[in-house]
Amino acid sequence: MPHKTPPRRATVLRVALLGLVVLMLAIPAAAYSGKSKHASATASCQLQVFSWWTGGGEAAGLSKLITIWNNNNPTCKFKNETVAGGAGTNAKAVLAQRLAAHNPPDSFQGHAGAELRDYIKAGQIEPIDFIYKQYGFNKIMPKSLISQITFNGHLYSVPVNIHRANILWYNPKVLKSAGITKVPTTWAAFIAALEKAKAAGVIPLALGEQWTQQHLLETVMIATIGPARWAALWKKGANWSAPGVTLALNRFKTLLGYTNSDAASLTWQDAGKLVADGQAAFNIMGDWQDGYFSGTKAGGNLALKPGVDYGWTAVPGTTGVYDWLSDSFTLPKGAPHRDAAVKWLAFLGSKKAQDTFNPVKGSIPARQDANAKLYGPYLKWALSQWKKDKLAGSLTHGVVAPNAWAADIGTALGLFLASKDVTKFQSALVTAAKKHA
Amino acid sequence: MRRIRRWGPGLLLVSPSILLIAVFVYGLIGWNIKVSLSDWRTAVPSSKYKGLAAYRDLQSDPAWSVNLHHILLFTVTFIVGALLVGLTLAFLLEKGVRGEGFFRSVYLFPMAVSFIAAGVVWRWLMNPAPGNRATGLNVVFDKLGVGFLANQWYLGQDWGMAAMALPAIWALSGYVMALFLAGFRGVPEELREAARMDGASEFRVYRHVVFPHLRPVTLSALIILGHISIKVFDLIVAIGGKQLITQVPAVYMWILIYDARDYAKGAAIATLLLIGISALIIPYLVYTVRSERRA
Repeated sequence: MPHKTPPRRATVLRVALLGLVVLMLAIPAAAYSGKSKHASATASCQLQVFSWWTGGGEAAGLSKLITIWNNNNPTCKFKNETVAGGAGTNAKAVLAQRLAAHNPPDSFQGHAGAELRDYIKAGQIEPIDFIYKQYGFNKIMPKSLISQITFNGHLYSVPVNIHRANILWYNPKVLKSAGITKVPTTWAAFIAALEKAKAAGVIPLALGEQWTQQHLLETVMIATIGPARWAALWKKGANWSAPGVTLALNRFKTLLGYTNSDAASLTWQDAGKLVADGQAAFNIMGDWQDGYFSGTKAGGNLALKPGVDYGWTAVPGTTGVYDWLSDSFTLPKGAPHRDAAVKWLAFLGSKKAQDTFNPVKGSIPARQDANAKLYGPYLKWALSQWKKDKLAGSLTHGVVAPNAWAADIGTALGLFLASKDVTKFQSALVTAAKKHA
Repeated sequence: MRRIRRWGPGLLLVSPSILLIAVFVYGLIGWNIKVSLSDWRTAVPSSKYKGLAAYRDLQSDPAWSVNLHHILLFTVTFIVGALLVGLTLAFLLEKGVRGEGFFRSVYLFPMAVSFIAAGVVWRWLMNPAPGNRATGLNVVFDKLGVGFLANQWYLGQDWGMAAMALPAIWALSGYVMALFLAGFRGVPEELREAARMDGASEFRVYRHVVFPHLRPVTLSALIILGHISIKVFDLIVAIGGKQLITQVPAVYMWILIYDARDYAKGAAIATLLLIGISALIIPYLVYTVRSERRA
């Protein structure tokens, strides 16, 4: 039997050490080859667009835009960099990491308005006033919209679509059997209708998880204090302790008394379905609800008939007010293909792009020259309102408040939902405004 | 020189991993603590030293105390529940069941399911919808004639987070069972027989001979469950989403960093979580090292 001898052990050790050296050299080499690959990708143009449009009408609308883009730009094809997750919660985290690593896409999605301020203040996106001027967007989009998305005198994104947040959805059959003859348009009529629905044994107002409750709060506040005072709440020196705010918060509390007990376990679709199924009379949600109600069954929607199976009107007290939000695209600083990105933004603002995307997505164009024939019954109505209504920016969907402020309001709301203490809630809102305005 | 030849190669061999751990574990922990002490409270990075401002902010934040209450209730329910269920299962198997291997695997399987997947299923099982819309366990209770047990589950104002611990108990009690089973098997048969010879009843054999031998196993289980519980995130997000009613520190940290862009406050939570977990693990390590030295 051969004995294990020291020289042998030394050989093993030497081999191990040699392997280690190879490994240590290989790692940087691999990283370097990765970099050179990246460089070659930059040479051939590719438009990297980052969004959270991965499902339903938004993904379908985006793919139509991609087809047009690729036909018009055969030398610079579209690279779809989407990250799944409703309202972009996951996408925003991924994007924040990419921007911090100085690896921006050519253009990324963001809610138009204050939500973009984080990127602006961090110097991560460029002002794009020149695109507006060159293509006349500032003449064809409503003046009040332009002024509400201008920050420090500059424009930073092109809005592709407009959604409306303050819509009261209802089930006409349920209303009829509950004896509600007229769809409510005032606060008093609303409460009377909710009482009737309650007496008829249905859920008066269907509600979902916490962000939908913030959405409800926002519409009640706009209904109570009006769009002008609403806009003033987001400026310096805002008076959040005004009696109008107190009244709105109390109304919100009253409304919560008419909602389903399992709200926090329902998504916005679940809450909308309660209305569709006749279990609930009303629901307050943005107009993406129309896409869910009327869209095809194959797309996971309910395939209901607008105006027959479900009806809509502005949230009581907000007739003539368009509580809007918008998906928009930006120009990141250091975009790898800046020329293509500028071209993409100009394309997004065009009539062709907006009239292609929006009928599929279930929203209306930010432009006022849309071809109404392309749109369904709800959107036709929305188009006519968009032209004449006063605009109020949405809180829940990133228009009026930067992320940090909105998050503080969300926390205050969460505490209120447990305590139902209006005074505490209002003082928390006052504190948040002092901190962020 | 000769000395270096003795330990030099060894050191060289482990130096890459030492280096990697130093940078990617301890370096980043240090960086996290530095961020928590800075005034980086917006999207714009800042490294100005601000002391414990973020921690004080957290202390006066009413949402933070809600978070602490939630994680405490969750942890206690989860640990006590998993230990009790695991011990019971191990006890039953230890008594000698036919097909022990089969039962062992069945009880262990839930651990292979990720918390996200388990959360999706349990979200449905613990559906809090009332009356004719009820689904999941509430319907089962109703069908079994114990409808009074139907409840709001994780939406309960005071005890919701205890319900939230049920899926975690379900997922990990099989693992605890395996630990205890190994513990039971580690008790020498001679000891039990000696006790029986001395006239001890079966109850007293367990009480005075077997259970004392389980102490180290119980401690290990406690540590493992404890650190899983303190940093729980995926299960909560799968069931409750981002709502204060089910919020725990790890979720609040995520909201603060990615929504509110309050990096210092988020890093402060991360640091506190680390301290909480260390408070569990360091005494355990000390204990292990000491008992190993003794052995």
